[in-house]
Amino acid sequence: MSNTKPNVLVLRAPGTNCDVETAYAFELAGAKAERIHINRLLEDPSLPDRFQILCFPGGFSFGDDVASGRILAATIHHHLTDTIRRFRDAQKLILGICNGFQILIKSGILIDEDECGLRATLTWNKSGVYTDRWARLAADGTKCVFLRGVKELYLPVAHAEGRFAARSEGVLDELEQSHRLALRYLPEDNPNGAARDVAGVCDETGRVFGLMPHPERHIDATQHPRWTRRKPDERIASPETAGDGFVLFKNAVEYFRD
Amino acid sequence: MLWEVDIFAAPGQLDRAASDTVSDAADMGFSSDLAVVAARGYLIEGDLSAPQVEKLAALFLADPVVERTVIGQVGDPRLDLPPGAADAAEPIYVLPKPGVTDSVADNARKTFPLFGVTAEGCRTFKKYWISGITESERGLIAHKLLANDAIEQLVCGKLPFTKLQVGSPGTFNLRTVAIRAMSEPELETLSKEGQLFLSITEMKTIQAYFNELGRDPTDIELETIAQTWSEHCSHKTLAGRITYSGPEGERTFSNMLKETIFAATVEIRKNLGPGDFCVSVFSDNAGVVTFNDEYNVCFKVETHNHPSALEPYGGANTGLGGVIRDPMGTGMGAKPVCNTDVFCFAPPETDVESLPPGVQHPRRIIKGVVAGVRDYGNRMGIPTVNGAVYFDKRYLGNPLVYCGNIGLLPVDMSFKHPQAGDLIVAIGGRTGRDGIHGATFSSAELTSESETLSGGAVQIGNAITEKMVLDVMLEARDRGLYNAVTDCGAGGFSSAVGEMGEEIGAEVDLDAAPLKYDGLSYTEIWISEAQERMVFSVPKGKWDEFKALADSENVEAVVLGEFKPTGRLVLNYRGVKVADLPMSFLHDGRPPVVRKAVYQPAAAEPLSARPAGDISPAQTVLSAGIGTDDWNADLEAILGSLNVASKHWVIRQYDHEVQGGSVIKPLVGVCNDGPGDAAVLRPLVASRRALVVSCGMNPNYGDFDTADMAASAIDEAVRNAVAVGADPATIVLLDNFCWGNTDRPETLGSLVRSALACYDVAVGFGTPFVSGKDSLNNEFRPVGADEPISIPPSLLISAMGQMPDAASAVSMDLKEAGNSLYLVGETKNELGGSHFAIVRALRGGKSPSVDIPRARRTFYAVHRAIQKGLVRSAHDLSEGGLAAAAAEMAFAGNLGAELWAEHIFIDFIPGEREKLAALPGVTAENAADLVRLFSESNSRFLIEVPAESALAFEEILTNAEVPHAQVGKVTASDRLVITGAEGKKLIDRPLKQLKAVWQKAFDLGGDYQ
Repeated sequence: MSNTKPNVLVLRAPGTNCDVETAYAFELAGAKAERIHINRLLEDPSLPDRFQILCFPGGFSFGDDVASGRILAATIHHHLTDTIRRFRDAQKLILGICNGFQILIKSGILIDEDECGLRATLTWNKSGVYTDRWARLAADGTKCVFLRGVKELYLPVAHAEGRFAARSEGVLDELEQSHRLALRYLPEDNPNGAARDVAGVCDETGRVFGLMPHPERHIDATQHPRWTRRKPDERIASPETAGDGFVLFKNAVEYFRD
Repeated sequence: MLWEVDIFAAPGQLDRAASDTVSDAADMGFSSDLAVVAARGYLIEGDLSAPQVEKLAALFLADPVVERTVIGQVGDPRLDLPPGAADAAEPIYVLPKPGVTDSVADNARKTFPLFGVTAEGCRTFKKYWISGITESERGLIAHKLLANDAIEQLVCGKLPFTKLQVGSPGTFNLRTVAIRAMSEPELETLSKEGQLFLSITEMKTIQAYFNELGRDPTDIELETIAQTWSEHCSHKTLAGRITYSGPEGERTFSNMLKETIFAATVEIRKNLGPGDFCVSVFSDNAGVVTFNDEYNVCFKVETHNHPSALEPYGGANTGLGGVIRDPMGTGMGAKPVCNTDVFCFAPPETDVESLPPGVQHPRRIIKGVVAGVRDYGNRMGIPTVNGAVYFDKRYLGNPLVYCGNIGLLPVDMSFKHPQAGDLIVAIGGRTGRDGIHGATFSSAELTSESETLSGGAVQIGNAITEKMVLDVMLEARDRGLYNAVTDCGAGGFSSAVGEMGEEIGAEVDLDAAPLKYDGLSYTEIWISEAQERMVFSVPKGKWDEFKALADSENVEAVVLGEFKPTGRLVLNYRGVKVADLPMSFLHDGRPPVVRKAVYQPAAAEPLSARPAGDISPAQTVLSAGIGTDDWNADLEAILGSLNVASKHWVIRQYDHEVQGGSVIKPLVGVCNDGPGDAAVLRPLVASRRALVVSCGMNPNYGDFDTADMAASAIDEAVRNAVAVGADPATIVLLDNFCWGNTDRPETLGSLVRSALACYDVAVGFGTPFVSGKDSLNNEFRPVGADEPISIPPSLLISAMGQMPDAASAVSMDLKEAGNSLYLVGETKNELGGSHFAIVRALRGGKSPSVDIPRARRTFYAVHRAIQKGLVRSAHDLSEGGLAAAAAEMAFAGNLGAELWAEHIFIDFIPGEREKLAALPGVTAENAADLVRLFSESNSRFLIEVPAESALAFEEILTNAEVPHAQVGKVTASDRLVITGAEGKKLIDRPLKQLKAVWQKAFDLGGDYQ
């Protein structure tokens, strides 16, 4: 692969609403990002061929009607499963953030289904309500490309249906042992009651990753909830590199420089 | 066939809907024996086999990891019981009424074909089995908690239908109204029963007009006139002729708003000269000012009070959805960047038994309103960044819901120019019977029958439809596909087309409007306030591209008609001309409203105990712990009072960070839980320039003098913005007047008095008003009552400021032990309407006023200090005064504070000190301490300054002739200590205790951190 900028397809659908800032985060990290409507992909399944990174950003696709991400996941499962498999098998990267994570899980892209269907899901927070707050996270970068070299992160979560649940302990054990439970809330910061404090999961290749927290909302020093506690002269001069979430986008771009 | 899919929590999963019902029922006083099983589900109509429905349930409708399902055709006895139960009371179904927006069902049905299934209809429902109580209690819970009659249908037992069809094609008969032959009483009856809500003078003007024409109006013509002339659309009272008599003397206004609020802006713009940064004020859907070289910024705040009283979720939901369309409909269409929301409620602990018939319990209203705003803002992807919540018993039955939206507009697209010959194009949601008469209804007093009379005025929004419209609009705008855009708000197509075509003329084919269901009359199509619709003026040559763009994102777009240069509004339906009116009569034909207004501020009386039975309307009352020189109980009562208490329960439900521009969040400090003064955000991801958003309001002061209330609200909004770093020279204001019935001269007088104060303060501060709105007649008349319950005068001031660089923002949490604390501004004996008075059940006293020139100097001086980096934290002093502000700064920063009250100079008028000493625990010696701790004097800040910056800080304030004193320091302890003479401790409390009191007072459940 070359040193040219990787192309990112930021997929939007009715109700997607984090596409602009997510595209910006990729651009800041050195990629070239385009926001493209799902209808264009349905019209032309070869569209992703010219891209290296496929990103499902946050939002409320189709209003999260029926369940979060469900309608877009069903659409993708039905029409685009092959397209996405091909994309992944071409050594490319796929990232799902928040609603994107819900879509990746519910379309079976991230965790393979078995004969009984989905083995894990993202469902209603234990509190029963939408919650916006920040959480400390521990990362396992063993397998996940996006988390290479990352130990901990501080990122905001903002969701109603972010509780990771699996059909059985066996499913969780299998994912944990294969380093696929790549991002966990510190137990005291678990905002939604997720099983094993799971905040993000990658697939067996490590190139497909979904997470509930919003890395694109922490790419600038002034997005940190306590940045004003730093003394004025300690406030970082170059804020572009000053947010914890930036590393995910940087890692994605660097992956294509290997 | 009508299939039913019931979806239950799987074993081991929490049945949240059931546990919520149990806890809500407990709030209403029901026994703890109550047991509930809940399900959600779908009714699916169509020629489907059992395996097909099972497939839908397993792969799509339910989540098999955490849910399980029961499936059957309607009537199947398996549907009578929850899974595993051998026996249960009959189920209760709650379904949206036919025609009410049910986007989950609509979207589900559209997705069924992916699973090889086609259905003719689909509807969602909720279902409950309730046991452990009597039959009648079950009925009460069903009506009071589970369903809202305004939009939902309640079925106990088996569903009584096997079809979902809605509406049938109507027959068309053109109706004329024989207005020419009507007597005065008949005209009055027509106005009221036809829900036109026009005055007799207006009705007679219409009668005379049609007499002259020699024909009677059609019903749609009459409706169009009523919409255009409604209070909501024309602000006829406040923009009307008013003769005012008050402490200022006599004044006659020919247009009150123009001569007060607008006049302030005209004056300020003149003073600014070439530095004028207003672009478009009081003319478009939102006020527009400059932002940077590429963008202008616009701001609008609206209310949605009456709909929220009837259906809190839908009312607030569409309230926010509606105000978002204001910036979208400003100029050539702005991109929304943040929302604001301010609510006024009756206290949540209101006794259930005391509720008048037809009034919903405040808890239900609060939960519904917050959820309504949450779901619209979050789904639109617009951060809700600033707001406030106020409590007063007079908001019972009359909650106030103010929603605001700010948008960015390219500099060269800040004005719209519809052209003759352009097509009238509608896009977005379909038109239904929802929201009929919203514009006229919002001008009427609510009664306990309003619920049944005006049920159609209630709407449920669909934020995703609006988001899709926004996506298409921005693309079409940037491709130059239209000449003008406006939103469909109150009055629907009637006001949107009427406004845009005012200078040209318009001809509309009502058949062209896409409908949600059959059976709407031509009049209903024209005045429906169905949500999520925008109207465009599209050149004929651009229509194909416009249409293709909308199609490509599944947004419905149709040509409704054409702007024709006739100066007339012509409406056609099924080939028949149903209306033909000159635009001039619609827009200029309304007779001026002439009103009398009188005002006299409350008579001065000393701060004293309320007589028994005269309960403070605002709050619960402190009953114990009052002792000489021990003000701890007062401080705790203030921190634990609803107005001051933490609003985290609301804030955490809102996405305040989407779009990635959050700089100062609503909750700040070491544990992300202190009360920020104002929001700061960067609306452009790649720019450092920031917007500051704040508000000010204090209905308590209005009981004393509405001029003080208005001045205090402006002062509070501006000082909140300045406290976080806004440049006061960039601050603009919005006014929202919510008042009782202004037909009463004294009620209107209290409004005029506040508008006059708005003029003085705005001009004095140099902060122009750029937009505003009023909502009058906020009164509720319970059945059989002679006197309506009227809200207190409620003026909300919203402020928007700017900062060249977000990195100079300041938050309110204490930062470092050893730093000095300065009190900036003068503390006066102004305890009237204060929270000290509220928690002590006191009346009387003097409400806070504003020293306008000094306040202005204070704001500029504080800003200079912030700009120079001298300020580590700053907090405005408002409800609860210095003691409350110091406590908040300390526990937010998790650092102690020590304050020396004696350093604050109090300049008593002779005799005042002695009057205060009449209060329990107050003496002539400590009266000054009382004022120092709890007075709510305006224009004050508590500011943390490092030792090395103290000199420079003091110099700035001294040069500006702003009173200031070092009143304490930040300590490494975990206590707030305020000492008086000889080191006596006036306040001494652990921060943990103060914070706990502050955090628990307003939390209506859910598991928040």
